[in-house]
Amino acid sequence: MPTITRQLHQSLLSGAVTSTALVQRCLNQIAARDGQVKAFLQIDADNALAQAAAIDARRQSGQSAGRFAGLPVGLKDNICVMGATATCGSRILENFISPYDSHVAERLKAEGAVLLGRTNLDEFAMGSSCENSAFAVTRNPWDLERAPGGSSGGSAAAVSAGMLPLSLGSDTGGSIRQPAALCGIVGMKPTYGRVSRYGLVAYASSLDQIGPFAGDVYGAALIMEAIAGHDRRDSTSVNLPVPSYTQTVDQPLAGLKIGVAREHFVEGLDPAVEQSVRAAIEVYRSLGATIIEVSLPRSRYCVAVYYMVASSEASSNLSRFDGVHYGHRSENHGNLAEMYAASRAEGFGDEVKRRIMLGTYALSAGYYDAYYKKALQVRRLIREDFDAAFQSVDLILSPVTPSSAFKIGELTSDPLAMYLQDIYTLSANLAGIPGLSIPCGYSPSGLPIGLQLLGPHFSEDRLLRAARMYESVTDWHSRRPAIAVD
Amino acid sequence: MSEALTPETVRKVARLARIQLTEADVDRFTRQLGQVLGYVEMLSELNTDGVEPLAHPLEIENVLREDEPTPSLSREAALSNSPKSDGKYFLVPQILDAG
Repeated sequence: MPTITRQLHQSLLSGAVTSTALVQRCLNQIAARDGQVKAFLQIDADNALAQAAAIDARRQSGQSAGRFAGLPVGLKDNICVMGATATCGSRILENFISPYDSHVAERLKAEGAVLLGRTNLDEFAMGSSCENSAFAVTRNPWDLERAPGGSSGGSAAAVSAGMLPLSLGSDTGGSIRQPAALCGIVGMKPTYGRVSRYGLVAYASSLDQIGPFAGDVYGAALIMEAIAGHDRRDSTSVNLPVPSYTQTVDQPLAGLKIGVAREHFVEGLDPAVEQSVRAAIEVYRSLGATIIEVSLPRSRYCVAVYYMVASSEASSNLSRFDGVHYGHRSENHGNLAEMYAASRAEGFGDEVKRRIMLGTYALSAGYYDAYYKKALQVRRLIREDFDAAFQSVDLILSPVTPSSAFKIGELTSDPLAMYLQDIYTLSANLAGIPGLSIPCGYSPSGLPIGLQLLGPHFSEDRLLRAARMYESVTDWHSRRPAIAVD
Repeated sequence: MSEALTPETVRKVARLARIQLTEADVDRFTRQLGQVLGYVEMLSELNTDGVEPLAHPLEIENVLREDEPTPSLSREAALSNSPKSDGKYFLVPQILDAG
């Protein structure tokens, strides 16, 4: 199946392909390959075909088929769709059925997208490998022994394996950009506040954003223009006009100034990744960009700040899982307090327990100033580093990950080593700025490598155009894993 | 900034977080959380005197809207995922010890 969204979209708009035919091809590929990849937690084929048939009928009767014209989109299983599961990869929500639609699900439905399937994730989006899911370990389509990244690993693997052209994930510390890089596709974390979080199960509310995965930059632009915008149900959603990203994505940026931070090329960076990223810098130079060295002096503190801030917010957000309003309730309890503790012990996995306890500790009396408040102060310094850098450059170019995809099981016993996987992505969430990951090469063993572009707040249009400039003169994005060929 | 994390502290934190732990959990989490907290120690290198904490990346304040009733979940939908309900209320175990 072609994973280049632009061509698929044109075929749907011109009527050369029906949504029904396209959805059926996706379902066939899922049936053939998802037993190995395990990108999906749930597929409702009849429901997807019914959505496609309705969109095709609208088109045939001369009505608008919507912006997506029947393109299928997969949603991470922490984004609510009415009547569907939202397990968050957790036993505690195993039987939860969402009673309402998230803002992004409403937008996709209204714009003629077919919502196809629920994709796997690390439990409550806490993880960098998809191994923390209570239900399945998703495999990297490029090498089934390796992790697809996380936490949105199912959404990334599904697009990479040709099961879907588009999907949504959520990114709290790199959970879209890192799996996009490890699976060889495009992924974008929008500016904090650009996309409503209404109906996204909260992990760390001051960091979470929903964003797209696609096989090409055009696909990411198409999703962004549908899901961005103000929503009064999320008080952090920002009321700014939404640019027509697909209309401008092909316009190159003249006089582009790209920052490269010396702190991003230090010990721990795999030589193959460094080589690919440095080659990408030369591609931009050949396209007329000016490369300027910048400094982000506090970037080495971002992992420490992130784990204090995200865990503290998680400990508060996840207190709602109490075995009363929804979710698992233990049978092994006496009084109410024991019921809470037993339900949470049985329902949550280890990583979730670790982060809840880490956050509870950081917020507790006697430790609050030293941990939580200190982390928030350094968070401001990290944002100031970006503000200063963006005084002299339009965007910052960096690696997405320190290495290409790691083996399943390689990092699970060492939480800190797993946390360091996100060293290049976390700071964007702390500062609230947008970031995009695009394929920029392959390791000697044929594993994808990603390039990260970071921009100032609300510079999504610039990031997409800059990414498209690179994509239009390279062909990394057109390579697909063998498993994607049907 | 900190002393070594002890099993007693882990037990106390688990109690605050309402998570029941086995003794094996306490051992494992004491070691793993201790490593993470040891790593976080690096923040003490930075002088942050006078730096205002940043809780929110965009620092939006006081978002208000009209206080008008709008449609919301029906009682049936709100109770639909409850592990125990009588159709009107969420049911919980006894809160006070008997007697």
